[in-house]
Order: sequence, then structure tokens, then C-alpha cells
Amino acid sequence: MSRQGKLRLQKWYTATAERDKKKMVRELMQVVLARKPKMCSFLEWRDLKIVYKRYASLYFCCAVEEQDNELITLEVIHRFVELLDKYFGSVCELDIIFNFEKAYFILDEFLMGGEIQDTSKKSVLKAIEQADLLQEEDESPRSVLEEMGLA
Amino acid sequence: MPAVSKGDGMRGLAVFISDIRNCKSKEAEIKRINKELANIRSKFKGDKALDGYSKKKYVCKLLFIFLLGHDIDFGHMEAVNLLSSNKYTEKQIGYLFISVLVNSNSELIRLINNAIKNDLSSRNPTFMCLALHCIANVGSREMAEAFAGEIPRILVAGDTMDSVKQSAALCLLRLYKTSPDLVLMGEWTSRVVHLLNDQHMGVVTAAISLITCLSQKNPDEFKTCVSLAVSRLSRIVSSASTDLQDYTYYFVPAPWLSCKLLRLLQCYPPPEDGAVKGRLVECLETILNKAQEPPKSKKVQHSNAKNAILFEAISLIIHYDSEPNLLVRACNQLGQFLQHRETNLRYLALESMCTLASSEFSHEAVKTHIETVINALKTERDVSVRQRAADLLYAMCDRSNAKQIVAEMLSYLETADYSIREEMVLKVAILAEKYAVDYSWYVDTILNLIRIAGDYVSEEVWYRVIQIVINRDDVQGYAAKTVFEALQAPACHENMVKVGGYILGEFGNLIAGDPRSSPLVQFNLLHSKFHLCSVPTRALLLSAYIKFINLFPETKSTIQEVLRSDSQIRNSDVELQQRAVEYLKLSSIASTDVLATVLEEMPPFPERESSILAKLKKKKGPGAVSVNELEEGKREAGELNGGGERGGDSSAISTPSPSADLLGLRAGHPVTAAAPSAGSLLVDVFSETGFIHYGRLMLLIFLRTHERTITKPVPFLAVPACLSASHTLLSLALRFVCKNNGVLFENQLLQIGIKSEYRQNLGRIYLFYGNKTSVQFVTFTTTLNVQSKPVEPLIEGGAQVQQVINIECLTDFSDAPLLNIKFRYGGALQNLTLKLPVTINKFFQPTEMASHDFFQRWKQLSQPQQEAQKIFKASHAMDTEVLKAKLLGLGMALLENVDPNPENFVCAGVIQSKAQQVGSLLRLEPNAQAQMYRLTVRSSKDTVSKRLCELLAEQF
Repeated sequence: MSRQGKLRLQKWYTATAERDKKKMVRELMQVVLARKPKMCSFLEWRDLKIVYKRYASLYFCCAVEEQDNELITLEVIHRFVELLDKYFGSVCELDIIFNFEKAYFILDEFLMGGEIQDTSKKSVLKAIEQADLLQEEDESPRSVLEEMGLA
Repeated sequence: MPAVSKGDGMRGLAVFISDIRNCKSKEAEIKRINKELANIRSKFKGDKALDGYSKKKYVCKLLFIFLLGHDIDFGHMEAVNLLSSNKYTEKQIGYLFISVLVNSNSELIRLINNAIKNDLSSRNPTFMCLALHCIANVGSREMAEAFAGEIPRILVAGDTMDSVKQSAALCLLRLYKTSPDLVLMGEWTSRVVHLLNDQHMGVVTAAISLITCLSQKNPDEFKTCVSLAVSRLSRIVSSASTDLQDYTYYFVPAPWLSCKLLRLLQCYPPPEDGAVKGRLVECLETILNKAQEPPKSKKVQHSNAKNAILFEAISLIIHYDSEPNLLVRACNQLGQFLQHRETNLRYLALESMCTLASSEFSHEAVKTHIETVINALKTERDVSVRQRAADLLYAMCDRSNAKQIVAEMLSYLETADYSIREEMVLKVAILAEKYAVDYSWYVDTILNLIRIAGDYVSEEVWYRVIQIVINRDDVQGYAAKTVFEALQAPACHENMVKVGGYILGEFGNLIAGDPRSSPLVQFNLLHSKFHLCSVPTRALLLSAYIKFINLFPETKSTIQEVLRSDSQIRNSDVELQQRAVEYLKLSSIASTDVLATVLEEMPPFPERESSILAKLKKKKGPGAVSVNELEEGKREAGELNGGGERGGDSSAISTPSPSADLLGLRAGHPVTAAAPSAGSLLVDVFSETGFIHYGRLMLLIFLRTHERTITKPVPFLAVPACLSASHTLLSLALRFVCKNNGVLFENQLLQIGIKSEYRQNLGRIYLFYGNKTSVQFVTFTTTLNVQSKPVEPLIEGGAQVQQVINIECLTDFSDAPLLNIKFRYGGALQNLTLKLPVTINKFFQPTEMASHDFFQRWKQLSQPQQEAQKIFKASHAMDTEVLKAKLLGLGMALLENVDPNPENFVCAGVIQSKAQQVGSLLRLEPNAQAQMYRLTVRSSKDTVSKRLCELLAEQF
């Protein structure tokens, strides 16, 4: 989420009703955005633990269960940011807005069902880049004008 | 427009996104979105078939719109079409849309499942991964049904690519979490466990999550994983930071995998094999040693990763709780962190230490850090860290440091955040009581608590202080003096007035010798607060006044004056008016003797529950309280009373608390043992109304006092509740054998009321869950070992939710259904199990019959097993009216003029169950001289006779 309270990316690993999701997101934003810089990155919220970290204008939050390891979750966030950074080349909020689907793919490649699939930066990015390669082969012939016409 | 760095050029999408971003207002944004939706809709509906690319782009736009928070009700079909595309990116977008926007449209699920099936069998690893991701993302039951059989095969097949294995492992985990019954590991178990040995670290990382989850559920089948995990861990821990290449994270080798291995080991007890255990202890020591080494990098990621492993290792050490050496080392390490400059580390150290404090090996080591923790409570700037510090203080508290800790918590309370005050108050109250050696300290502490945080002091806390003062005569004078002084403050909290009114009303005489606190001074002091108080407190004060009249005859005229004033005797509140009228009357017509009897000092609160505890222990059916917890409860109860010599009140376990109005008796409450004669009858008589008007009760008691001299004092001040410190309780369902409504359970958080009605073999129970706190309860669930309608998962502070349970009696039974209630309050999980008061007698239909018929039927039921008989001592006074009311409450017809002996009671009824009807006859013969009863039950079914007899023997 952004500092202004805009949700940029969300992923739910438990089945939750749409209405509850919205409520939880709102509640969570209020709690997290109200926190001051030097405060600790963990907080208890409902029956979960929130682990969050701020990178520039964006807050990255994970809600984990009670017995989960907070510090390693913090590094899950960091690794994800590193992946985004590596992929987009100094990632910024706009990259995530305009290429939200890519951000999802990267997240999916890294985490699955809420568990880490692979911690190696190389293997995650390899998977994404492979996909890009396939994509470029698919679409190279399309001209810009044609694009505009369709939009 | 930003430079889109990589990948495709879905230009239309980018343009749309920038349009949205350029919208100046919410309205403009909605307008733009609606325009786009209309456009997409027309494209999808258009005659021209869309090519894959356009479809992908529009689906992607829909996704974007959805993620902005708007509803999307079309496009699903197009997304499903994309799944069968041969182009990777189209397929990928299709899957993404499905994952984010899936709904339970069964038509679609079938199509989606088809596409997934094709991709899984495609042998194209990227397609397979996409399909597995989709299954994991959706994770629905239908998907589990379709694929739970296939995925384990993919996972263990020799020719599966590593990346697919990783996805398969996590996908299976997800399905196992949603539908464990569909994921059958059986034959795959050992091959899955051996994934821990896989060469590919990524595969191990993914597989271990699956194995951990499976081990938690089936520890025995997976126990071979322990030695594998230990050797894997040992290899990682001893490796140089460069050995693992890309799996080294900021110079820490494989931190995620290490944490997961340590977590997996926490599913098991310490390894039995000496060699494995030795190796593991070595690993743990190495991890602790590494914490002392200078950091290899200044980056926070390095220290986080390193410490993540350390904390997980400490969790494992705590879990084993068998290596004193490691425990103490862990504690010392955490002690260092307590003063670390990283807030995160201080927070985690406090949290971890909390669990260390409960281990006998490290409790003392934790205590050495008391000063640091107190300092944290005072100086930490982050409330969540302060909260952890308060938790830790609570955990490390014992007799040796209780005074210091309680004092620190009290002083913290003055400035504590509002959000945690209520919890702090409870903690202080519990500690003060648990470790009270001298009770004047206890009284001081609680009064301070009321002074500092009166608003947050729940009723139980002040009930409890009263209960303790009443039970311990050595503290009564001190309590009276202290509360008198506290009331002198110009602004004192209403709870203080309540405690003051009660204590002075009972023990004001102990300080009346001092002219500074003479009876009139006391009265004037109390009365000066009267007008500032709420109705319940005023009611309490009125009762205190009538007690004053008894204690100090010299105050009589002053108090009568007050009672007679219009503001009392014509008060618009009916309760207050009634009290004023009746007290005035009582004080003017009753002789001093009667007055002294009626208003006698409260008897000590009886130890009611310990017998129940013993019984529970014997029974301990399924879902019942574990013996440990009972022991715990007992131990605490013992300590609470410091072994009070008056046999005191150890009802810390589950004495039902009184009604909100300390002076009224609420229906459904067991009346204090000292007042069974009048009280319980009235309770039953008035149980329909829910509340008893104290006034009416009073009047009736009063009339009775005249009719026949009551031999026992009638304490009309009801029982203060105790501070229940227990977590799991079985309430005494037996209380409800003879009645249908009342309070089933109550502690300081939750009150459960019950109303039930029965007709023939059907019954309906309404349960009312009342949240007594100001904080909401979340994830509130109740499970019954029979079916019930779900209850609202959230109870707001102060609110009540209702649950209805329909009951059908199929055949006769003896075990009541168990109701398990779980919810979260603050952070803590509350769990309690109650017996629903459904007993066989609820399904009685009364049968009226004449004397002749009765004895004829009685003789018909003459087989020895049809009769059950019990001879038992009366546990309540043998009052005819009470007995009648109870027998009526039982549900049978009470037959008059049947038994030749008019002292005896006979009843008849038919139990209605679906399977059969069971006619039952009952005879109860009281023997007033011996204070004994003989109870005989005959019924057409032997189990019913037996059960009825058991149930009833507890009632009289």
C-alpha cells in the first residue's frame, strides 16, 4: 500500500469474503500508516501478527500466524522487494502500478499458498524472464499504431 | 508516462492506467471506468471474434478495475478461454484473473478444471507450474476433489522438473489445508519425507512446508523426518557462507530453510536417538555461538536473517524444555537483546522471554532482568513494545518480586494507553490476589487500582475484593479504614463508592470508635457521593444505609429522614423507590432482634466449587477439562486464599458471578448456600422474569421472618463474583435440571445466558453470548458435539449475540452435549467447554393420575432393574415449598393426595423421545429428623431410572 493509503497489490492466501477483505484492508491501513518511523515492525492485530516495512512511498505488510517467525517474514518482504528491484531495475511505485500483473507473477513465483517456493533470487527471476522471452516472441510484430487503434 | 521497463507492450492498458491516474476526482475516475467497462463489454459481445491478444488486454483491464475496488461481473468466460490458449502470456493472464476473481460458479469451475487438467498433463513445465499455481491460489474444495490424487504423483515422480516439484509441494499443502480428508498421503509418505534430502535447495524449501504441516497432523507417520531434518540443519549450520551460493542471504546460509527445519523439529519431542540428539544440540550451540560473533555485514538484512534463525532455535529450546544449559544461554542472549538499539529485537526478546519465564529451568534467569524490563515499560516509545514488557513482567512475577512488579504496573497504569488498560487492570488484580501474603497489601492494591483506573476495573475485580474482605476478619478493620480514607478524596470513582458502601455497611463499626470516623461521619461521607452515582450504586448505598441502622442505632433517625425524603421515596426509578419504601418500613416496624437477624453481617463465602472440581475430575468426559488445568486451577485457588483459616472461599474457579446489581438476585443464580430456604424458591418462582425485584424478594423474606422464625441469617446481599482465572471450565449443568432459564456461565469476559423451551421430544435452546468487556471478541466460534447453527464470529464490546440450538431427543441419554467456545480477546485465545444443560427430564410430559392408578402402575414396574433408589443427605434446607417448586421444575406432574404420608412427594411423567416413550414414576421421602432423603424412581427403561435418580440426588 502507498503512504496515501492506496492499495497497490494484494494477495490472500486464505479464503475470505470480498466484503471482509475490504474491511480488513481498511483497518490494517489505519493501523500501519499511523505508526511512526522508529517503532518496531511487528504488531498484533486480531489473532494475527502483522509484519511490515516501509520502502520509500510504499508499505509492504504481511499478516502471519502467531507461531510464525517475524524476522524471517521481514526478510521475505525484503527479498520480494529485491526481486522487484532486480526485475524492473530500481523499482518505484509507478512500476508496480503500471505493471501490476508482473508484480503478481513475481510474487507468485516467490510465494505460493503463503509459503516460500524458492528463496533463490536467480531461480525466481529465471522463471519470470523465461516467460518474458516467450511473450516477446509472441508479440513482436504488433505495431504501435495498431495498438492505439485498439485502445 | 513512465518507461515500461520490460516485457510486453499492452499499450492500451498503460494508457487506461494513466487515464485513471490523471482523473482529478473520484467521480471522474468512476466515469472513466464505466466508459471502459462499456467498451470492453461491447467488444466481448461484438460479432467480430477477438484475437487472443485483445482478449488478454481486456481481461487485464478488468483485473485492474477490480483491483481498484470495483465490482466486476463479466469477463470470466473470456478469461477461461485464455486458459486454453497456447501462448504463455495469454494463459498466464487468464490464470491470474481466475486466481484473483474466482467465484463459485460451478459451470466455470468445471471449465477451469478442464483447462488445468490439460496443462498438468502437458509436460510443459511452465504450463504445469501455472496450473499448479492456479489450484493453490483458488484452493477450493472442487479443485481438491479433482486434483488431490494427481498432485502427489507429480511431486514424487522421478522425471518432474525441480520447479514443478516445488509448485506441486506447495499446491498440495494448500489443498491439504483446505480439505485434509481429500489428500491421502499413505503410499507417498516416505518419498515425500525424503524430499528433505533433495539436492535442490528450492525443492527442500518448498517440501519442508508441506512436511511440517503433515507432521503436525500425523506426527507418527512422519517421524522419520526428524533425523533427516537434523542432518540437513547440521550441514547448513556448519557450512561456510559461500557454500550455498544463491541460497546464502547476506552472508547467512539458507536462513529460510534453517528456520523451517527448526520449526519442523518443534512438531516433535527431543530425538530419542542419542547421536541425533547430540548432533542437534551441537547445531543449537553453534547457532547460539554465532550470535556472539561479530557481524559479517552491517546490513540489517544480515542481522535479521541471523537472528531469525536464533529466535527459531530458542523456540525449539523452549519447546524441548529439557536442556537447562541451553535455556539459560538462550535467556542470556535475549537479555542482551533487551538493550539492543533495534526496536524489533527488543520486542522479540521480550516476547520470547515471556515463554522462557514459564520454564522451571530459566525462570530464575529471566527474573534477573527485571530492572531492564521495568525500564522498558517506562521508557519504550512504542506501545506494542511496552505491552510486551508488561506481559513479561506478568509472566516473571512470583512471590519474591510480586510487590515490586505490582507497584511498577500500577504506576505504569497511570499513563498507560487506553487500549491496554483493561487488560493491565486484570493482570494487576490477579497478581495482587495470587501473591498476597498480607491482605492489607492486597486491599491497598485494589483500592489503588480503582483510584487510578476506576473505569477499567470490571465488576469482578471489586466483587472479589469484597469477597476477600468478608472472608478474612483480620483485614476487615484495615479495609474499612482505608476505604474510608479513600472516599475522602473530593472526586472518587464510582467503583470506590460501591466498595466503600459495601465495606462500611458491613464493617463500619470497626472504625466507629474513632471520632473522625464516627457513624454519622461515615454516613455523611457516603451520602455526599450518593447524588453523583448511577442507579445501581445508589441502590447499593441504600442497602448500606439500612445496614447502618442496624450497626448504629444512633443513625436511625438521620437515615430514616433521608429515606423519607421525596427524592428517595418518590424516586422515579422503581427499584430505588421500592428499596426506600421497604427499608423505611423495615426500620420502623421490625424489632431490633429481627432487624439484627435480617441485616446480619454477611457470612463468609462458601467454598462451593471445589466439590464440583473433584467431580469433574472423576468424570472427565470427552472435551472436558484436562486434569492439568484443573490442578492448575486448584493450585491457584489455594494461593488466592493464602490457605485462609476460615475455610475461606476458594471459588476462584467458577463461582457464578452475581447479577450486575449486587443486591438483587438474578434468576438462574444459585443462591448462596446460606439462604436456600427463601432464596431459591423465589428464584424459581420468578425465573420467568429474568430479574427478581429485590424489593419483592425482600418483602417476602420479611414476611416469612414473621410467619416462622428463620433460623438462619438471610444474607440478602448477593454473592460477589470471584475473579475467575481459569481458561477452560465446565459449568455445572446440574443447576439447570429443575429450571430452563438463567445464566449458564460467566467470567470477567463473557456471560452466557440460556433460555430453553421443550415440547414433547423437541427442544430449543437460545444461548446469549454477552461480551462484558469494551473490546470486541473476534473469531468467535462455538462447536457442539452435535450440530448447531453457526454463531456470529465477532462480538463487539458490550454487545450480545444469540445462538439458537434445536434439539430432538432421539432416545434416552445420560451425557449432556458439550459446547466448546473459542474466541480471541485482545491477543489471547480463550477456550472453554460447557455442558449444555440438556438432561433427560427436559423431555418429560407431566401425567396426572389418581392415587389408585399411581400405585397400580408403581406395582407394574416392579422388576428390580426398573427401579433406582438413592438415600442421601439434604444439602439444602428441607423446605416443602422449595421441594415442590423443584419437582415441578423437573417437568413431571406433582401428584397431591396420592401418598398416604403427606410429607412424601410423588410425581409421574412420560419422557418423550423419538425412539420411544418412557413412563416414569417418582417418590421422594424426606426425613426431617435425619436431614435425609430417600428417592425412588421407577420407569419402564432401566437406564432412565438410573439417570433420573442421579440427576435428582444432586438437587435437594
